[in-house]
Amino acid sequence: MNWTGFDTWIVIIGALCAAACALPGCFLVLRKMSMMGDAISHAVLPGLAIAFLVTGARASVAMFIGAAIAGVLTALFTQWITRFGNVDRGAAMGIVFTTLFAIGLLLIRQAADHVDLDPGCVLYGALELTPLDTVTLGGIAIPRAALVNGIVLLLNLGIIGLLYKELKLTSFDPDLADTLGYSSQFLHYLLMTMVAVTTVAAFESVGSIIVIAMLIVPPATALLLTHDLLKMLLISVAAAVLAAVCGHIGALIVPGWFGFESTTTSGMIALASGLIFALAWLFGPHEGIVTKWRREAAIVPEPAPITNNSTT
Amino acid sequence: MPDLREIVEVLLLQNYNTRLVVLSTTLLGIAAGLVGSFLLLRKRSLMGDALSHATLPGVAIAFAAMVALGGSGKSLPGLLLGATLSGIAGVATMLVIRHTTRLRDDVAMGFVLSVFFGVGVASLRMVQSMPGASAAGLESFIYGKTASMVHADFLLISIVAGLSSLTCLVFLKEFLLLCFDDGFAASQGWPTLFLDILLLTLVTAVTVIGLQSVGLILVIAFLITPPTAARFWTQRLVPMLLIAALIGGMSGWLGASLSALTPQLPAGAVIVIVAAALFLLSMLFAPVRGVIPRRVQQGRLRRKVDRQHLLRAAYEILEVQAGDGPVVNEPFPLADLLAKRSWSPLQLRRILRIARHEDHLEIAAPGLIRLSESGYGEASRATRNHRLWETYLIQYADIAPSHVDRDADMVEHILGAKLVRQLETYLSDHDLAHRVPPSPHPLEPSARP
Repeated sequence: MNWTGFDTWIVIIGALCAAACALPGCFLVLRKMSMMGDAISHAVLPGLAIAFLVTGARASVAMFIGAAIAGVLTALFTQWITRFGNVDRGAAMGIVFTTLFAIGLLLIRQAADHVDLDPGCVLYGALELTPLDTVTLGGIAIPRAALVNGIVLLLNLGIIGLLYKELKLTSFDPDLADTLGYSSQFLHYLLMTMVAVTTVAAFESVGSIIVIAMLIVPPATALLLTHDLLKMLLISVAAAVLAAVCGHIGALIVPGWFGFESTTTSGMIALASGLIFALAWLFGPHEGIVTKWRREAAIVPEPAPITNNSTT
Repeated sequence: MPDLREIVEVLLLQNYNTRLVVLSTTLLGIAAGLVGSFLLLRKRSLMGDALSHATLPGVAIAFAAMVALGGSGKSLPGLLLGATLSGIAGVATMLVIRHTTRLRDDVAMGFVLSVFFGVGVASLRMVQSMPGASAAGLESFIYGKTASMVHADFLLISIVAGLSSLTCLVFLKEFLLLCFDDGFAASQGWPTLFLDILLLTLVTAVTVIGLQSVGLILVIAFLITPPTAARFWTQRLVPMLLIAALIGGMSGWLGASLSALTPQLPAGAVIVIVAAALFLLSMLFAPVRGVIPRRVQQGRLRRKVDRQHLLRAAYEILEVQAGDGPVVNEPFPLADLLAKRSWSPLQLRRILRIARHEDHLEIAAPGLIRLSESGYGEASRATRNHRLWETYLIQYADIAPSHVDRDADMVEHILGAKLVRQLETYLSDHDLAHRVPPSPHPLEPSARP
């Protein structure tokens, strides 16, 4: 393995992006809306396409805005169809994002003759190439992706820090929140906007796979390990960062095992997060499968009556 | 632009080049409509989403295996076999997570979707760098590519679609039970886990054959959109299945034809947009559960409720005005009406306008209202129904006279003639047949002191 400064930047960008996604992801998982990340990351395609057709440049601010609008619209349309049509939310989400994705594909295909915008590029991103695109900040050259994802991470941290109590309340008991005067509707859309902005920021720089995986898998891992929201947030960020580090190392090593040349870091980060989840699932201190087996095995062979149970 | 003859040729399957494509997407739409209906009713629509993403590693690994064995790597049955196996692995992972942790369905689906898709993309990228084999066509599984279909592919797709549809019909009763009450099904001795797995196998089959023609993201729409649209048209399962199959088939047929006629349009996207348009039409206009018909119905009911409330309030004012004497239809002040219920002045003005339009009342003088002949009749009838229900509640449901007003207020509007007759016999008061019984509770807020 040949580690360079390039690799360090890739890991930093991956970790920033993963952490930025894991934070709002915790609330999505708690609200039983895990699939929203997937839906939004597909549905932003028409937003990207329209902004691209209008401005004619990749990675512009317009593209970011277009995608964020498309993302918020996904949440809005899903809500409308669910409410007015009396439709299951999963189904509503499925209809909205597939339709938007199809419109995006059509737009891109129509424009394919005279512009260079590949849906594959948008969907997978190229984390490996991000360090090449730098901006100079205070005399130091920083990859633009690191800057963007860092800002999004800070933004998410700030919003969750400020509205921690409100987000917690609306996630667990929206009706109580409404009666206490906190608008669960408003917080729902705020969260959706957060997810959309995070998705798009990550999307545009590192591709959607990381986003979809990091919104769900680290929070799910954390949920297996703790029952406390604050701990859950911390654990999921830690799991996300760990996945980013292991993922990139994996991307450098694993293809060699099978005699291939290279692979995508994003895919390997998703795989790494899955493996971390599997570890938590097997060996979690309270609910791990193996832990439970061992606990049961330790209890069963002792038929002797319990004598001193006064302490428990 | 294609001319009319060409359009007709494609739509009627007479064009040899497009016949296979159009026919196979139509069959796919029908099968997906049927299978998706059960998924929707089981509230697992997004299962198709997770499953279709989970097939990607299988495609890449099957390709690598076939190339390693010396084949071309692009034989469709081989790739689809890989996709099926990895789809099954995805479903198994989902079921294991659901049954061994406290994570919910959506998290299990999201986990499988993202991790499998990540692995798929990673292995696809590895495979693409394989020496001596071009894997360039593999990405068509993500976006779909109908044009490259050959006769053998068509046969495979139609057989799988046919078998899936047939299985749905054979297991109709079992799936119905599974979807509406799986706990009951289990208690009656039905193998619910087996049925669940069978249903997911069907979903996998439809998803896998959909990969080739519409791509892994848009096949999700085939599974979700037609059944959801069909749900607006009916409340019964069998009609819903038929309508879902029809909508699915139509989307496939129209979408594929449209894309065959204009080379710039990718089939998958057009099919999805056609399906979405059909969904939108169903959602807005379907007579049973559509948004607009339901709004109209609600509006009609609200107007009826408003009218009956207004007329009963008027009648009660007349009663108070009459004191102990017989109730006569004479003008009464508008201000009394406003005090009767929690109407805002604006609301009351709207309700009055409608009532005047329907000739139930007239303005006798500024601020004074008089009921018309028909209005008075309707008012005494509404009041009578209200009182009948109140008396019934007091006598048979043991509710205190001071508490019955609100209950009767909600029920009075839906008392039909048959129910009223029944109430009359229950209450066995012959006088009831003719006149409005007195209120069992003080009328509050009474008209002016």
